[in-house]
Amino acid sequence: MIDAKIPSGPIAEKWSTHKFESKLVNPANRRKFTVIVVGTGLAGSSASATLAEMGYKVKTFCFQDSPRRAHSIAAQGGINAAKNYRNDGDSVYRLFYDTIKGGDYRAREANVHRLAEVSVNIIDQCVAQGVPFAREYGGMLDNRSFGGAQVSRTFYARGQTGQQLLLGAYSALERQIGAGTIEMHPRTEMLDLVVVNGKARGIITRNLVTGKIERHVADAVLLATGGYGNAFFLSTNAKGCNVTASWRAHKKGAWMANPCFTQIHPTCIPVHGDIQSKLTLMSEGLRNDGRVWVPKAIGDKRKPNDIPESERDYYLERRYPSFGNLVPRDVASRAAKAVCDEGRGVGESGLAVYLDFADAIKRLGKEKIAEKYGNLFDMYRQIAGENPYEVPMRIFPAVHYTMGGLWVDYNLMSTVPGLFVLGEANFSDHGANRLGASALMQGLADGYFVIPYTLGGYIGGTVFDAVTTDHPAFAEAEANVRSMTDKLLSIKGKRTVDSFHKELGKILWNNCGMARNKQGLTESLQRIPELRAEFWENVIVTGSGDELNQTLEKAGRVADFLEFAEVMVNDALTREESCGGHFREEHQTEENEAKRDDENFSHVAMWEYNGPDKKETLHKEQLVFENVKLTQRSYK
Amino acid sequence: MGSSTINVTLKVWRQKNAETKGEFETYPINNVSTDMSFLEALDTVNEQLLQQGKEPIAFDHDCREGICGMCGAMVDGIAHGPDKAVTLCQTHMRSFHNGDTIVVEPWRAKAFPIIKDLVTDRSAFDKIIASGGYVSVSTGGVPDANAILIPKKDADLAMDAAACIGCGACVASCPNASAMLFVSAKISHLSHLPQGQVERKERAKRMIQTMDDLGFGNCSNHRECEAVCPKEIKLENIATMNREFASSLF
Ligand SMILES: Cc1cc2nc3c(=O)[nH]c(=O)nc-3n(C[C@H](O)[C@H](O)[C@H](O)COP(=O)(O)OP(=O)(O)OC[C@H]3O[C@@H](n4cnc5c(N)ncnc54)[C@H](O)[C@@H]3O)c2cc1C
Ligand code: FES
Repeated sequence: MIDAKIPSGPIAEKWSTHKFESKLVNPANRRKFTVIVVGTGLAGSSASATLAEMGYKVKTFCFQDSPRRAHSIAAQGGINAAKNYRNDGDSVYRLFYDTIKGGDYRAREANVHRLAEVSVNIIDQCVAQGVPFAREYGGMLDNRSFGGAQVSRTFYARGQTGQQLLLGAYSALERQIGAGTIEMHPRTEMLDLVVVNGKARGIITRNLVTGKIERHVADAVLLATGGYGNAFFLSTNAKGCNVTASWRAHKKGAWMANPCFTQIHPTCIPVHGDIQSKLTLMSEGLRNDGRVWVPKAIGDKRKPNDIPESERDYYLERRYPSFGNLVPRDVASRAAKAVCDEGRGVGESGLAVYLDFADAIKRLGKEKIAEKYGNLFDMYRQIAGENPYEVPMRIFPAVHYTMGGLWVDYNLMSTVPGLFVLGEANFSDHGANRLGASALMQGLADGYFVIPYTLGGYIGGTVFDAVTTDHPAFAEAEANVRSMTDKLLSIKGKRTVDSFHKELGKILWNNCGMARNKQGLTESLQRIPELRAEFWENVIVTGSGDELNQTLEKAGRVADFLEFAEVMVNDALTREESCGGHFREEHQTEENEAKRDDENFSHVAMWEYNGPDKKETLHKEQLVFENVKLTQRSYK
Repeated sequence: MGSSTINVTLKVWRQKNAETKGEFETYPINNVSTDMSFLEALDTVNEQLLQQGKEPIAFDHDCREGICGMCGAMVDGIAHGPDKAVTLCQTHMRSFHNGDTIVVEPWRAKAFPIIKDLVTDRSAFDKIIASGGYVSVSTGGVPDANAILIPKKDADLAMDAAACIGCGACVASCPNASAMLFVSAKISHLSHLPQGQVERKERAKRMIQTMDDLGFGNCSNHRECEAVCPKEIKLENIATMNREFASSLF
């Protein structure tokens, strides 16, 4: 049985007790320990900076040219915290409760409670760093309500919250780089994990500019490498987001948890054509003022402003009178798909719904709307070529976030001792659906306030063998990396990496996207290995391994997606229930809502790697709910 | 929407690495949808090159939403291309005309050496931040966030400056390859906030010193940087920085 190391005691005391009981590392000793951090998003930057401040020797890696460019930079809407500055009934317990419920009861209570507890410290920390959060005229911090919450607990910096939080963490990171406590390796990709005597002791990297393959040894390895939404090719994620670090760690013994839990975000700019390279999110905050609708009649091709009020279907307000346009993401996405499936979708492709600001502009004035959402409206206009102040936006759901990821225990440690996983890369806090503004919160919670304690607990309680990069495990891992690179360069086939990636994306989107069924999933399990086999025979990778070679980088990532996709689909197939973002058509209520099966599926599905092309083994962590009563989620 | 298609020719700077000499190569592309982004046009050329077994054009990009600051090239001599206040990734083909020849070059500045094709090394920016672009607080032990009241006006001004994405367009467009707009944006962001006060003099001194050491040029008021900045960072920040610097000397 797997032990999630959940501390005993009442939920509100678990974290304090655990911190007290964890071993400490004496400040003078910390500099004897080296910690590798892969990733410089909110999770990786905050962890790197904090650990370095504490005295550990830190080596940090990212594939972008600067740590400031990690994908976290793109987050728009905001970050949650249970500050209750609004006096509107928020509390740590309510944030905990909302997150468990929003996740459709598939997250671990203890982790989520800790997240809600430390959320309040995050805002303090960011303000102290100089993060320019939005303020009210009296000088206090402003809040908005976001993503289905009935309290205003979301802090924001215009439409660029992720940018400002990341620049805050990045400035803390750069301060330590300047002080010589962090060795920073930008434009460097981790390509393997090195495990020595059962413990994570290092990584193998490729310098993306020179192509040099390098070995790095450490006492612990932290992965903060983000989510795998780009498995679908089209997503709101930055182009470089990938599963490579997680997947290669998975092959070295780290189990993958709930890989089928993908969040499809309801408000993105629709796809415009075959060459489309990514999808753009229009922040969910827009649903606070925008009203979602489609024509009542099937195939109504009139311009939106020509369709009279009485012939519009504000379907979210109709179906969910109490939450209306603010229902959680999974619910809103499925509802959009449903009206498009009925033939009531709008735009050229019929795969879009309207998000209309006419009423809000009437009520608040154009200026107020511009102040709140100006940058988003500009972005929309730039991409769609239409003015959203005058005509409704067209939006459609798109892959956005991955709740699944490497399994971690309460200490954020994976099934490989010494390998910790932070931020979106782990599976831990959002169950089957993440609430808006909670990913930023989790990334910073993990990095600033959780890992400093739990890593100390591990290091303080472990006896380390003296290991150098001369150890055979390093040589073996390096040889693996080299042989994969050589293989990719030697194929010289006829199909581009992108064309494989797009095909994989279509398979996943059609069969493992907003709605899934047994037949589609089973067919995908047939198709994915075929596509993978073709990839390894027919992919084109030009250039050499000793230089900047973006095709080679992409090929390695797509090779991993092609393996990972199978586990994702398998997970979706074995989870014979619907919950959160995982909607199995076979399991729905009469009103087409997700129907959970708590009796049989109240668990985390964990997948263990068994070797190339072998079926993975399924393990289960039973979820125990001692505080929250499981109910059917209702947003009516 | 009114999407249509156009035919254009891309004239792109190709350079294998820092040591070799580069040259322009010409790539005609037909039936480009005007809804396509500029980077998608480059993707299209790259797919064609790969099909012919040729090396694709190397260019930096990641978010493709105008926020990470990773993309950037000179397009017809303008940093990030013809549209005002947008990055290259947010530039769309509807900004060009049928029959256009579009010249695409990397950022050119002493402090940003070329790595390959359109990819340059902008790590000098990180070094400037590491030398002082922060508030010296460590994690933990900080006051409650609402303990420091900040007038909305100041928070807004700080945010205006903090919106910089560090893309380097300001340096690339400046005849002197000056980094003044970038550095001043950070200095001005922190100097508008109470948290930034304690270290303001030291910060300005150190960041400006590092900027000079790294080979960036001086500001002689060409204002090109402000004109091309995708985030509309204002020239006033440079005045603020100069004031901070002057006061740091006393
Ligand atoms: C458009 C958009 C808007 C969003 N808005 C919000 C919001 O308003 N509120 C909210 O809470 N959440 C939001 N999210 C989600 C949130 O931004 C992410 O979940 C979160 O930022 C992830 O942070 P992270 O630190 O885990 O990873 P990331 O920020 O993705 O960072 C990953 C890091 O890992 C590095 N890396 C990856 N693989 C390797 C490798 N093999 N080798 C070396 N380095 C590697 C990368 O270089 C990068 O530094 C949004 C997401 C998107 C896409
Ligand atoms: S790719 Fe991120 S700003 Fe252009």
